[in-house]
Amino acid sequence: MRAAANTSAVAVSVSAPRLPTDRWRAIEIAFWLIPVVAFFVFPTHRVLGSQILITALFALSLDLILGYAGIVSLGHAAFFGFGAYVAGLLAVKGWGEPISGLLVAGVAGALLGYATSFLVVRGTDLARLMVTLGIGLMLYEAANQASSITGGADGLSGVKMWNLLGLFRFDLAGTTAFVYSLAVLFLLFVFSRRLVSSPFGLSLRGVRENVKRMPAIGAPVQKRLIAIYTISAAMAAIAGGLLAQTTQFVGLDVFGFPRSADLMIMVVLGGAGRLYGALIGTTVFMIAHHYLSDLNPIYWQFWLGLLLVVVVLFARGGILGAFATWRDRAKGRRT
Amino acid sequence: MIGNLIGVLFDGIAYGSLLFVISIGLSVTMGLMNFVNLAHGAFAMLGGYACVVLMTRAGVPFLATLPVAFLVPAIVGIVLERTLYQRLYKATHLDQVMFSIGLVFMSVAAATWFFGPSQQPVRLPDFLRGQVHVLGLDLGAYRLFLIAVVIVITTVLTMLLVKTRFGAQVRASVDNAVAAAGLGIDVNRVFGVTFALGSGLAGLGGGLGIDVLGLDPTFPLKYMVYFLLVVAIGGAGTIKGGLVAAMILGICDVAGKYYVPQIGSFIIYFLMVALMILFPAGLYGRKA
Repeated sequence: MRAAANTSAVAVSVSAPRLPTDRWRAIEIAFWLIPVVAFFVFPTHRVLGSQILITALFALSLDLILGYAGIVSLGHAAFFGFGAYVAGLLAVKGWGEPISGLLVAGVAGALLGYATSFLVVRGTDLARLMVTLGIGLMLYEAANQASSITGGADGLSGVKMWNLLGLFRFDLAGTTAFVYSLAVLFLLFVFSRRLVSSPFGLSLRGVRENVKRMPAIGAPVQKRLIAIYTISAAMAAIAGGLLAQTTQFVGLDVFGFPRSADLMIMVVLGGAGRLYGALIGTTVFMIAHHYLSDLNPIYWQFWLGLLLVVVVLFARGGILGAFATWRDRAKGRRT
Repeated sequence: MIGNLIGVLFDGIAYGSLLFVISIGLSVTMGLMNFVNLAHGAFAMLGGYACVVLMTRAGVPFLATLPVAFLVPAIVGIVLERTLYQRLYKATHLDQVMFSIGLVFMSVAAATWFFGPSQQPVRLPDFLRGQVHVLGLDLGAYRLFLIAVVIVITTVLTMLLVKTRFGAQVRASVDNAVAAAGLGIDVNRVFGVTFALGSGLAGLGGGLGIDVLGLDPTFPLKYMVYFLLVVAIGGAGTIKGGLVAAMILGICDVAGKYYVPQIGSFIIYFLMVALMILFPAGLYGRKA
């Protein structure tokens, strides 16, 4: 017993077991200045910019369950698409107020996420993979078949948005869309950042690292997973709602498997379980996709595949993971 | 109506047979190596293209191309297993998923580059075309042939697993790889050979399936769900489970598309979610 007490005392002096500090570091503030600068420097690219911001929010939602809770989902587009259709249909039916529409999309996504979470949290990785994939494909088929409501393969058009806050019209240059998306992304990022450094967030990491030991220290694994899955679904639905509102159109591809797969690639590329990894991965992916797929879509797919294989084999942890390894090594050399 | 029903059942069984041949290798990969390999369909596609190339460019008859459809993916499979897959056996499932999706993307792009995006033609020999009258029913000759092939393959595989020394090594490795290695079984070699065998069977299935499933570059993505389903529902690492699951899937899919075409593929996805919830470890799962 004495020895155990001693070692734990030593451990305390090495790294105190306390909650992660929540203070904003300078590099984070600098990071968030990038989109603001981009807004002014590239005024002709605001549409692309808002697409990146929306996808970044979507990626952030996946990072919460993939990077923190360790749930491998191949069907996260289900919530994105659901939110997009809810927000889009709301506007088509005559309620075009953006912010309340987005909230409705978020609540709808949370409900769907909560309902399906019970199917997802149980079972092995493979079962989760299949269930999430199946739910995504089912919603895709449902939206495809219910063409009288959703417009089917032609997509949902006639989404008429009112002015944002009654003041700002959604313009073709994407100015309003950019600022709106950035604001929503930032708010939800602050929320996620707070969430993952809370005791709740730490218990999620505990589940990811050792699912058998968590109940032993009194953490209800199922409840935690259901909670984070619901939150993640709501965020994904809000991202989908943003897309529907800013593009004023919803295509069937919002439910597509490629969207879920691409999303997972973005998160892994940036580095899962770091929040910023999702944002950086999305930005790199979307910009590369924007310029490279214009050249030749087949080339793009090939290089994307190769990139994935290389990342998994040689650069686990993605861009931020590689950066952290490099920094640790540099630090180790100095001391 | 009854004739209809039997016709649908028959088509479903033929379709299921095909799914079984392609997926059995995946079942081995998942059961033996615990590796989630989404790229399994790429090996099937490779076999299919090997068939088509031999038929259209070299004029080889269909049946004679089938051994090549087995060999080419088997060789590619063992090369990839030794160089790449082997390094990821201990990796997380997420890494394995990402890696194999990467392989799928590359194979889709490569197939489009070499063969174009269109469906590939197949010329079946005359005796496999048309209908055969059995007990007053008109049955597709090619589908009968498929079922026969699957019966042969299942028998051979079962004999291989049950009667041979190699089969005993495979069974031991599936049950407990560490203990098997401790008893002097070269588990790595067993993994490699079974991977090649599985890839080869997938390729054979791809070749056999050109007439039923079609063959175009999106093949690995389009049927990925089906192959995964066979393994997930059947339970990884068992022949019997895979066979039963493939038959259930084949019959339900054909029956669904025949009787209620308006909800089409919805049935299969619903079945998938429902079965995964009822049997998280598969019908004949060894491990939870």
